[in-house]
Amino acid sequence: MGLEEKIPDSIILTTLDKVVNWSRKRSMWPFSFGLACCAIEMMSTFMAKYDMSRYGMEVFRPSPRQADLMIIAGRVSMKMAPVIRTLYEQMPNPKWVIAMGACASCGGVFNNYAVLQGVDRIIPVDIYIPGCPPRPEQLIHAILELHKKVEKESLKQPREHWGRTA
Amino acid sequence: MEEKVREFLQNRFAGAITREDNFRGDQSFYVSTEDLFAICQALYEDPDLSVRYLADLTSVDWLGHEERIGGRFEVVYNLYSLQHKYRFFLKVILPAENPEIASLTPIWDGANWLEREVWDLMGIKFTGHPDLTKILTPDDLEGHPLRRDFPITWEVPQFNWNKDKSPEVIK
Amino acid sequence: MESKTLNLNMGPQHPSTHGVLRVELEVDGETVVRARPVVGYLHTGIEKTMESKLYYKALPCTDRMDYLSPMNNNLGFCLAVEKLMDIEVPGKVNYARVILSELTRIKSHLVWVGTHAFDLGAMSVVLYAFREREMIVDIYEACAGQRMMSTYIRIGGLAKELPSNFEKLVRKFLKVMPAKLRDYEDLLTHNRIFIGRTKDVAVISAQDAINWSLSGPMLRGSGVKHDLRKDNPYCGYENFDFDIAYGENGDSYDRYLLRMEEIRQSLRIIQQAIDGMPEGPYRAHVPGVVLPPKEDVLHKMESMIFHFKIITEGFKTPVGSVYQGIESPKGELGFFISSDGTNKPNRVRVRPPSFINLASLPVLCEGHLLSDAVCAVGSVDIVLGEVDR
Repeated sequence: MGLEEKIPDSIILTTLDKVVNWSRKRSMWPFSFGLACCAIEMMSTFMAKYDMSRYGMEVFRPSPRQADLMIIAGRVSMKMAPVIRTLYEQMPNPKWVIAMGACASCGGVFNNYAVLQGVDRIIPVDIYIPGCPPRPEQLIHAILELHKKVEKESLKQPREHWGRTA
Repeated sequence: MEEKVREFLQNRFAGAITREDNFRGDQSFYVSTEDLFAICQALYEDPDLSVRYLADLTSVDWLGHEERIGGRFEVVYNLYSLQHKYRFFLKVILPAENPEIASLTPIWDGANWLEREVWDLMGIKFTGHPDLTKILTPDDLEGHPLRRDFPITWEVPQFNWNKDKSPEVIK
Repeated sequence: MESKTLNLNMGPQHPSTHGVLRVELEVDGETVVRARPVVGYLHTGIEKTMESKLYYKALPCTDRMDYLSPMNNNLGFCLAVEKLMDIEVPGKVNYARVILSELTRIKSHLVWVGTHAFDLGAMSVVLYAFREREMIVDIYEACAGQRMMSTYIRIGGLAKELPSNFEKLVRKFLKVMPAKLRDYEDLLTHNRIFIGRTKDVAVISAQDAINWSLSGPMLRGSGVKHDLRKDNPYCGYENFDFDIAYGENGDSYDRYLLRMEEIRQSLRIIQQAIDGMPEGPYRAHVPGVVLPPKEDVLHKMESMIFHFKIITEGFKTPVGSVYQGIESPKGELGFFISSDGTNKPNRVRVRPPSFINLASLPVLCEGHLLSDAVCAVGSVDIVLGEVDR
């Protein structure tokens, strides 16, 4: 059956980094966490037509302690900001953050007293997606770019912002 | 229906209507602060008019137009009669200092959150409200955002050329 | 033995609160003694932002309130401004608006039925519902080039001419949808688990519903006959033949049946509208207030001047305040605009149906089981963007 027959009882040489990054990349569990409009596009991305499970990412975790990717989908209000920071800190390392949409990236059209001008003020962000809201293809592209980023990481040099407080 | 409401108000509360206004078919009656609760109660209980539905409750800040309006704040009660399919507005003018009005929660449960919202965003106090606390804004926000003199707080967007400066906030 | 109640916090990050709703629950064993919704975690200051913008530029903010039915929000705001400026729109615009707003209603109800069933454990419906939603989103995209926040309905008409394949797309949807609707009903209507989770759960009586100022499916589910499309018609709804669905018991199951029936009635309306669609301009001709058509801007001097003036200065409005309510999928969505005679509104008040419907959550939950609280939150059909604005 399959791969096992092709490589019977043999040794494969690779680097630990590669194996770890490969497995992290291929089984990324997003945190099911929607804020506003973009959350609906995020849901579309994971539904039948766009189908994120093609990339091993369909397992949405409702608890931050089981997730390693946080997609900030929507505007972050001043009241929500401390909650997001707490949720981020509850996620185990390694963790990645995607700021989806204009509001999460920079405040978007809501430049006012109530909205945080970009979620990067409170948590470190890996990928920014423009758009209001971004199309599902854009989110898929962002996630694939994140996969590339994960591939380049090394266990010897942990990501600079691990444990960093913003 | 408009005639009926006017007649009802004039018969039951003589002199309560200070002004009337009909703009684009929206009929509003300006009533005095003291009579508002009694008027709403009477409208609610009257079987003929049966104004049982408080569609909306909101407020307007007329900063800079006080003379024309006769006060700074205007509380707008959007009443609807489900039986007659008729909508009209009761408006109350409140002064700039300590705006206060009787709460309608004893009549309508639905007024609870609407009044809390007006208190939070406009700073109009509703006496007799069971739980007059902030509802939308964070607890640490001071002031009432929808007042015209509350700054919208515009922040200068950061680009490459000003990314090293800390963001400038314009009020 | 001493017995104590337990305080439980649900949200703001909770998968079944449809966003960032937080509910403080006090439970006695499995029974909810007290429920207190805490909102404001998505407070965006939209009303304040709209006050600081010209009427044209305030329009995109409305999309982002109830993001499940953006076109209905556009419609409400545009109708209110049109009422303020006393603008009459051409017949074709009304027909197009009716089609788009009914499509939006279906879109919103599809997301609702999917997520509500998902909360109650029926996982598959959401996958199907989003599949059909994509068809409506495609129509949006054909019209405006955007999948969600189209801002297609503008003051005085539409943003641009309806696309050439509009009729084809809508007719295709009309052909496909009834069968899909039967699929959802096969999955849910007689599903014993679904009935068990929703029947006699989150009940509200007609009198309570009126007293709590509920609107939309929440009010009609209790048997109160109130629908603005019939009672105070706008956009020429009086020309269409359709029925309003009512519930009897005011429970979650009735509201489900009612929303399914609303989808069916919406399909009826769309069918009539697409059959009787008149020819004509896509925007009213009101110089100085309504933007001239883009073709004219490129070729005619006056149109270009008007275009420039409207974009930069806006238009002066008469002093006064207007209210325009429309029947959005969630309930009565009203826009109250009070104008002080300048080119910016003095105050824009949105009557948010979900906010007012959500206020009745304590009535729906208290005295019932904890797991029914999830069903109650779901059956209200809230959108936090509109609750918090």
